[in-house]
Amino acid sequence: MSTGSVQTVPRKRRGTELMLLLAALVVGVGAYVAAEVGYNGKIPDNVGTVAGGFAALALGAHVTVRLLAPYADPVLLSLVVMLNGVGLAMINRLDLDLTSGGSPAGPFAAQQLVWTAVGIGGFVAVLVIIRDHRRLQAYTYTLGLAAIVLLVLPLVPFLGKNINGAQIWIGVGPLSFQPGEVAKIFLVVFFAGYLVVKRDALALAGRRILGVDLPRGRDLGPILVAWLVSLGVLVFQRDLGSSLLFFGLFVVLLYVATERVGWIVVGSMLFGAGAWFGYLSFSHVQARVTGWLDPFSDADAFFQIQQSLYGLAFGGLLGTGLGQGDPTLTPFSYSDFIVPSLGEELGLAGLMAIVVAYALIVERALRVALLCRDAFGKLLATGLAVTFALQVFVVVGGVTRLIPLTGLTTPFLSYGGSSLVANWAIVAVLLRISHSTRRPSPSVAPLASDDATQVVKLR
Amino acid sequence: MNRPIRVLAVFCGVLFLALLLNATYVQFIDANDLNSTSGNRRVVDEEFARERGPILVGEDRVARSMSSEDEYDFQRIYRQSQLYSHLTGYYSYVYGRTDIEQTANPVLSGDDPRLFVNRVVDLLGNQQPVGGSVQLTIDPAAQRAAFDGLQSLPGSPRGAVVALDPSTGAVLSMVSTPSYNPNRLADHDFDAAAKAYKQLNSDDDQPLLDRSRANTWAPGSTFKLVTAAAALESGDYSPETKVPGGPALDLPQTEQDLTNDVTSCGSGDITLTVALAFSCNVSFGDIGLKLGNDALLEQAEAFGFNDDTYFDDLRTVPSTYPKDADGPFTAFSAIGQGDVAATPLQMAMVAAGIANDGDVMKPYVVDEVLSPDVELIERTEPEQFSEAVSSGVAAQLTEMMVTVVEDGTADDAAIPVVSVAGKTGTAERTEDLPPYAWFVSFAPADDPKVAVAVFVENPDVPRDQISGGGLAGPVAKSVMEAVIGS
Repeated sequence: MSTGSVQTVPRKRRGTELMLLLAALVVGVGAYVAAEVGYNGKIPDNVGTVAGGFAALALGAHVTVRLLAPYADPVLLSLVVMLNGVGLAMINRLDLDLTSGGSPAGPFAAQQLVWTAVGIGGFVAVLVIIRDHRRLQAYTYTLGLAAIVLLVLPLVPFLGKNINGAQIWIGVGPLSFQPGEVAKIFLVVFFAGYLVVKRDALALAGRRILGVDLPRGRDLGPILVAWLVSLGVLVFQRDLGSSLLFFGLFVVLLYVATERVGWIVVGSMLFGAGAWFGYLSFSHVQARVTGWLDPFSDADAFFQIQQSLYGLAFGGLLGTGLGQGDPTLTPFSYSDFIVPSLGEELGLAGLMAIVVAYALIVERALRVALLCRDAFGKLLATGLAVTFALQVFVVVGGVTRLIPLTGLTTPFLSYGGSSLVANWAIVAVLLRISHSTRRPSPSVAPLASDDATQVVKLR
Repeated sequence: MNRPIRVLAVFCGVLFLALLLNATYVQFIDANDLNSTSGNRRVVDEEFARERGPILVGEDRVARSMSSEDEYDFQRIYRQSQLYSHLTGYYSYVYGRTDIEQTANPVLSGDDPRLFVNRVVDLLGNQQPVGGSVQLTIDPAAQRAAFDGLQSLPGSPRGAVVALDPSTGAVLSMVSTPSYNPNRLADHDFDAAAKAYKQLNSDDDQPLLDRSRANTWAPGSTFKLVTAAAALESGDYSPETKVPGGPALDLPQTEQDLTNDVTSCGSGDITLTVALAFSCNVSFGDIGLKLGNDALLEQAEAFGFNDDTYFDDLRTVPSTYPKDADGPFTAFSAIGQGDVAATPLQMAMVAAGIANDGDVMKPYVVDEVLSPDVELIERTEPEQFSEAVSSGVAAQLTEMMVTVVEDGTADDAAIPVVSVAGKTGTAERTEDLPPYAWFVSFAPADDPKVAVAVFVENPDVPRDQISGGGLAGPVAKSVMEAVIGS
């Protein structure tokens, strides 16, 4: 395995991270104040507390990175803090509308702030506990099993909760949690650990059709299992988005691990078959497709996507300004549809900035994968990047009518604790891999380093 | 593994590029279409909360926006609402816009491209956009005279009045009774507005219907002006030409006869002038049969029948003349019965065309468009719709119509000192329904300033006393006096 053509420079760049982080805080806190001013015409009383609290959390994350992963990528944390901050500001702004409109939903901002704290706590915990990402490989099958258990949990009677038609929640007392969000990370670890071991066998070429080496028939077992599990998620949990995410993730990792385009071909065919099956069997899938092709054919059935498009169009190029649009006309403006809410008030310009921020996160994560020196870390980082990319594409593409609507949370922006905690954990793992990648080569490190604990030999 | 990761990096880049392009499509390219989709509440709310420009009649702002304390910031107020309701229309959150509020909406709301500079200034100055205003051509005195005239008829019947300036086509008055109060529909208390709307719609008198332009009725004898015009235009007739009088006309292909309502039509032949003065059905039925349906159709269409394009400012239904009503039907058409149906606006255009040397002008009611700073943005230029008859024929018709008022059926419309040209109409319906009473006229006959059509749908007087001259004539007279006096 080569280390790629990019030469890594052993610089910590923590100062850069701090500057970017301060800029991100200005954006987040600025959005919070601007939305209150736009809505009420006055600066909120608690601006000091909120800004201070959020800044303390972000700086806490920064200090942790400085101490535990000093060579990690300097851009990721600030991007994530910015998105988290903008999300909080928007949720707070939507609360103003929801409470004044007497909506039974909300307020959400305070809870979201608590979840942010929990998420950053989890971020710190991951960096503290996982000192070397390669150790995760030892838990490949344990985490794989845990992922399955987490996915099945919502189907357990009395524990599972059906919210808005999807059986993907568990409830303990007043708390609800989406175990699928955590299962997502476990699955990435499982896929990476599994494929690292099996990739040589799976890379063997079978029949060659149209210049593409297709896999051997006997090797189709794993992908068929992944396919069936994804269909299971669709059938039993009625969760189109997660089903698509899990399967897409597996196929992409299979391709990266084996370098065989044939797996993409097989995966696409299975996806096509699954999509066709889903379309024929489920009225809610059919409704999604109709709502995508012709959202104005039924004012009631496709109300949400219509309102989303109206909101985006109403925002136009520069937006109405924070606090001055009407985003709560769209149901779930604070969760699944937070991107149109932002597009309405920040305009195309703001929406583009957000999409570009996501793109930067994904490309930085893939860069981590490129530079990583061990196969497991490569697959892990790739998997996390792809999870992120697919999720953003599916949810943003869905609410802007690029593709049919599927329910997935918007990472860091939309209201929801499970998603926030899971995504902060993903960033922590990425920073961990990035740190081990960018730090000075172990060969020049003192002998007393933790080399002794390495389970994978470095070349 | 790096090659697939690089491929993946490009692939993810493509995904995000697709998101950006799609967002550009929705928020920029398709945004105008989405914003103008009906039922888009954001746009409705935003426009509803704007300071809309006023609708002006003379110096009066008959519709204007006032600051309100609720979430929509501005409340639309209609003054003298009964008088102007069918012109202004209403601007309701729930029921949308009608009439001038609808047709002049771009100006009133401030979205009109001609107000673009104002919008940019508003934007830079962080001001809410304000709409421009429209000045109507309505003469307040004529409007009042028309409304009061109809209201003062026995039983306050349903009816309509249209007065035009014959030389320009400007609408001087346009009234329909019963009227309604648009303030009740524009109410920000949506439940109250819904109640009012329901009540107005269930009213048998249909107060929301503008009878001056949104429905057609048999024009009866007033249509004889068109028949007379066709006759004179044909060259076969002059005002002195003898036409059959007498009590009855034998209709071809039927057992039916066409009869006269009055005894003044003599027993033998009479002149065309006398036939018009006493509105002799027998004479005009005979003329219709001789000219043929195509000639009448051509003449009717020259005045605007079968056309719905001549009035841009308000929604209008076309008046109709049947295209293939040959034989005995032509005789009925020639006296404004059968399948002939006209709006009062159309009959006013017939009178105005004759008054204006045979040239029919396109009617218009929006005189000026003004910016929020009351700068003139556009003034409507009068436009000719058609040359319905030659000026010679127009002069002959005018003279015949003066005879109608001086010696014939329309002495109720005579104004001292001023010579008035007019024509009555009483359109028969079934035995148990009262006939429609019509009157069309213009004055002064030698230099016409105003052409009027008055229509009464359900005269509340004994059947034998219903006549266009007696009922509708005095209303027309007061409208003409109001215009000439001012």
